[in-house]
Amino acid sequence: MSIKLFFSIVLTAIFIENYVLQQFLGICPFLGVSKKLDSAVGMSAAVIFVMLLATAVTYPIQNFVLNPNGLGYMQTIVFILVIAALVQLVEIVLKRYIPSLHASLGVYLPLITTNCAILGVCIDNVDSYMGTAAFGSTFAQALTYSLGAGLGFMMAMVLFAGVRGRIEDNDAPASFKGMPITLVSAAILSVAFFGFTGVIDNIFG
Amino acid sequence: MGAIVTAVIVVAVIGVICAVMLSVASKVMAVQVDERIPLVRECLPGANCGGCGFPGCDGYAAAMVNDEDTPLTLCAPGGAATAEKVANVLGRSAGEMVKSYAYVNCLGDCDATGKKLDYVGIETCAAAKLTFGGEGKCTFGCIGLGDCTRACPSDAIHIGAKGIARVDTRVCTGCSACAKVCPNHIISILPAEVPVRISCSSHDKGPAVKAKCSAGCLGCGMCMRKCPSQAIHMENNLAVIDYEKCTGCGTCAAVCPAKCILPRPEAKQASA
Repeated sequence: MSIKLFFSIVLTAIFIENYVLQQFLGICPFLGVSKKLDSAVGMSAAVIFVMLLATAVTYPIQNFVLNPNGLGYMQTIVFILVIAALVQLVEIVLKRYIPSLHASLGVYLPLITTNCAILGVCIDNVDSYMGTAAFGSTFAQALTYSLGAGLGFMMAMVLFAGVRGRIEDNDAPASFKGMPITLVSAAILSVAFFGFTGVIDNIFG
Repeated sequence: MGAIVTAVIVVAVIGVICAVMLSVASKVMAVQVDERIPLVRECLPGANCGGCGFPGCDGYAAAMVNDEDTPLTLCAPGGAATAEKVANVLGRSAGEMVKSYAYVNCLGDCDATGKKLDYVGIETCAAAKLTFGGEGKCTFGCIGLGDCTRACPSDAIHIGAKGIARVDTRVCTGCSACAKVCPNHIISILPAEVPVRISCSSHDKGPAVKAKCSAGCLGCGMCMRKCPSQAIHMENNLAVIDYEKCTGCGTCAAVCPAKCILPRPEAKQASA
C-alpha cells in the first residue's frame, strides 16, 4: 500500500466520514464520556484498539467463512457475536498480564463491546474493501480505515470535551441546561465538519 | 432450506468457538482477588481524597490487604474509628492514630506585608503564581485566592478577612487535599498536639524578608541556638522543627524576634 493511499484512507476516515460527526454512530459514548478530557482520551484509546482488533478478526471471517458459504447477509449477527467475545477475551488477558493498562482502559472496554461505531466500521470495511484484489492488500486497507475511524472518534471526543468545558462555564438558559445545549453544540460541530466534504478527494484525487 | 441450515450451523459453530475460548481463558487466566479487599473498602469513608498516599480508597484497601506493612492509620478523614474497623476485618492491631490538621505556614496577612503589583486575571492561586510569583511582595507566602478552599472536601479552609488561608480545625480531617493544590506548598499536615509551629515559608535571607513582611522568619537561627533539645535546624534560611526531639518547652516561640514561631492556640490561651 502506497503512502498516498494510506493517508488518503486515514484522512478520509477522520474528516470526511467521521463516525461520530458525519455518520452519527457511537453517539452514546460521545455524549456520555466527553465530560472530562482524561476519560475522553481513555475511552478513545480503547475504541481505537477495539476497532483495529475487531476489523482484524471480522474481515477474515467475512472473507473466508461467510462469503464462500453465501452467508454475507449474516454479518451483523456474526460480527456482534465475535466482537463481544473478543473484547471480553481482551479484558481477561489485560487483567491478567497488563494490570496497569487494564486499570486505565478496563472500565471502557465493556462499554464498547457492541458499540455501533465498532460494528459500523467492520461492516463498512467489508462493504468498501472486499473486492477482487488480493486479500492481503484489501485487508491492509481495511485496517488502515479502522485506524482512521478510531482517530476520528478520538478527535471528535477531544474536541467535544473542550466544547463541553466551555459550556459548563457559561450560563445557559434554564430550559437548555444539561443535555439540550450539549446536543445543540454537537449538532453545530457536526455541521462544521460538512465543510470537509470533497477536500480529501481534491488533495489526493 | 439448505441456506437456513448452513447459516444456523455456521453461526452456532462460531458461537461455540467463542464460548469455549472465553471459558478456557477465564479459567486459565483467572486473577485471584482477595475477598477481604471489598470488606476493607466498605470501612473506608470513600472520599477518595488521596491523603493516605494511595490512589483512592480502593488503592488503600488493596494495599492494606496485600501488604502487611501498610499502616492502618493513614486514613485521615476516617480517623481512629475507621482504623479500628479495618483492624477488625484484617485481624491485626490498628496502632496509634494521630489526629492531624492542615496548618498554613504563613502569617503574611494584609497588615504584615503588602502588594507589589495589582493582579487582574484568573482568580486562582495557581494562575496568579505564574505572574511574578503572585500579587504579594513575598513570593513564598499565601497568595490568598483560595485554591485550597476549592480543593477542601470538608469546607474547612477559608481565606480570612486579612487575605490568607486559615484552617477550621473543628472540621479539618487532615486529608492534605489543600496541601497538594497550594502552588507555594505552604500548607503542612501536622499532628494536633505539636506544641509549636513555624509560621513562615520564606527562604529569602533576613534583610529581604524584613523588607517584604513583618511576620517572616529572618533566618537568624536564634531558635536553633536557644532550643534546649536541639530540635530546630535551619534549612535555606528557614527554621525547621524536628518534632521527634521537640519537648514543647516553648523557648523558641519566646525568643523568636519576628514572632513567627507560634505555640498551639490552646497553649497560648493557657499562658495568657
